[in-house]
Amino acid sequence: MNVWLEKQRHLIDFTLASLARRKTKNLGLLLAYAVLVFVLASLALFTQALRTEASFVLAGSPEVILQRMVAGRHDLIPPGYIEKIGRIRGVQKQEGRLWGYYYDPVVNANYTFMARPADEVASGSIMVGATLARARGLAAGNVISFRSYSGKLFAFKVSAVLSPDAELLSADLVLLSEADFRAFFEYPAGHYTDIALSVANPQEVRKVAEKLSTTLPDSRPILREEVLRTYQSVFDWREGIMLTVLAGAILAFAILSWEKASGLSAEEKREIGILKAIGWETSDVIRMKMWEGLLISLTAFLLGFIAAYVHVFYFGAAVFEPVLKGWAVLYPRFALVPTVDGLQIATLFFFTIFPYTAAVLVPIWRAAITDPDSVMRA
Amino acid sequence: MIELSQIKKAFNQGQPNEYWALNGIDLTLEAGKVTAFRGPSGSGKTTLLTLVGCLSRPTSGRVRFKGQDISGLPERFLTEIRRQSFGFIFQQFNLIKGLTALENVILPGFPTGRPRAELITAAEEIFEQLKLSHRRTAKVEWLSGGEQQRVAIARALINNPEVIIADEPTANLDTALSREFMAILEGFTAEGKTVLLTSHDPLVVESDAVHRVIGMRMAVWSTTKKPCFSSQQSSPY
Ligand SMILES: Nc1ncnc2c1ncn2[C@@H]1O[C@H](COP(=O)(O)OP(=O)(O)OP(=O)(O)O)[C@@H](O)[C@H]1O
Ligand SMILES: [Mg+2]
Repeated sequence: MNVWLEKQRHLIDFTLASLARRKTKNLGLLLAYAVLVFVLASLALFTQALRTEASFVLAGSPEVILQRMVAGRHDLIPPGYIEKIGRIRGVQKQEGRLWGYYYDPVVNANYTFMARPADEVASGSIMVGATLARARGLAAGNVISFRSYSGKLFAFKVSAVLSPDAELLSADLVLLSEADFRAFFEYPAGHYTDIALSVANPQEVRKVAEKLSTTLPDSRPILREEVLRTYQSVFDWREGIMLTVLAGAILAFAILSWEKASGLSAEEKREIGILKAIGWETSDVIRMKMWEGLLISLTAFLLGFIAAYVHVFYFGAAVFEPVLKGWAVLYPRFALVPTVDGLQIATLFFFTIFPYTAAVLVPIWRAAITDPDSVMRA
Repeated sequence: MIELSQIKKAFNQGQPNEYWALNGIDLTLEAGKVTAFRGPSGSGKTTLLTLVGCLSRPTSGRVRFKGQDISGLPERFLTEIRRQSFGFIFQQFNLIKGLTALENVILPGFPTGRPRAELITAAEEIFEQLKLSHRRTAKVEWLSGGEQQRVAIARALINNPEVIIADEPTANLDTALSREFMAILEGFTAEGKTVLLTSHDPLVVESDAVHRVIGMRMAVWSTTKKPCFSSQQSSPY
């Protein structure tokens, strides 16, 4: 075992020395490789983040949201509307929701204000999202005042900061009591922003929507499954692009590996012959080259992956912005939360490291099994 | 120590360019002696050394090393024997460019799994003997011919082999360096090592360091079983 370890150490030492000898060639290779991993990993991380995001957003949303339309625009739900819906089979719960956006000039950001029942949030107090709390330096017990759109100042006591687990959803959220909400926005009494309906049986959702449209012709039901489909089609479209890029990248990579492989120079072949003649086994030579391939591909993978992570989660995938801009129309306030999927890394790892190592090893193997006596005649 | 019986070696056997480089060689080589092979170019000297040194296998015939028949062994075992028992000094030195003298010398030690520190100590001792210590960290391509040769010799010695095989070791050396090399050879035999070498160089072949000279003749590529070598000068065995 010790001997084995010592042998591997020797092989790695030699490999490092070999790599250093062909510095420019190997650096170029490393760079090209890292760029490839970077592109692939950026795409992978980005889609993964979008997916996670979407599933988060949708998990918490009701099956049907009813909006009233006036001249084709989203308008307030007037009083008596909820009663007009009456009882529809399959609807478990229907409630008027109150929410709106508030622009905070202090940190130059938009918050989402949402009213909650009095038993959740007491009058005069608010609960804030973790991101918001961080931005304004808030903790539970603090008092903060917001100037309303009408110019009046309202002071609230922060009763809690929302759990950072659901940060994605609650990042910019301010929960307050219904009374406070109406007072702050001077929201007309009895009016709501929209109506949320929960439907237990997914099969009944369409029927519920149809009924809503007939009872309230000026309203528009938005189904969660439709939103889901929209997300899905956007994903599909993007995935098409990504597959194209992926295929291109893999092709480029194959060419790169082939180049490197067939570029097994006379010099390298001679070296393999020498090593064999002085007592290295075929397997030693192959192992040494495998270390070489692994060192290059692992370094490239790490570099590329870390760069991609930073790119996607700290710079919002800036490089891909032109392609991904469409997304912003669907969901304007999009902040990616770092999510890394093990399987995804494994796939990426396999598709980048394996072909390279294989492509490098095949010619090495061919060179390594040739008779060592060739070095005797140079 | 090394016995060859009825050794034949064909290249490209069965193809139109089939060529018999050796055609029926019988030979016994003694331990602790310097044996030189001499003969015209193409007479099969290098080929013979590769057979003895386990770098290749005969087409037919037996090679026995210390009583063991090694001609039929699979490559892995040949490599093992080569590593443990033979040290090679090649005509072109065959050093690996870009590595230092020291790194080149310890290369044959890697597959043995000897700790690096130990290998380096051993290498430094050899450098000391060969008066090359001051150049040990220089890249081999910067070394002079004589220095490169000594690096090649040092590399052949690192695993402390019983047999040293040198193919045209002095081909790239001037007279003074060739003499120095012969002196080093005498040192080997004093330590009980066996040396096999080939040379065209009269300075080498006629040197006192060489105990026995074997003349090789061109192999005839017909199948007639002529003896293809003659002993010109030999110590009793
Ligand atoms: N791999 C090979 N394929 C075909 N022919 C070969 C091969 N190796 C050697 N030969 C032939 O075998 C013959 C013997 O070669 P070898 O190298 O042993 O000669 P040598 O005695 O060492 O010659 P020199 O003094 O020029 O080094 C030569 O005619 C050579 O062309
Ligand atoms: Mg020769």
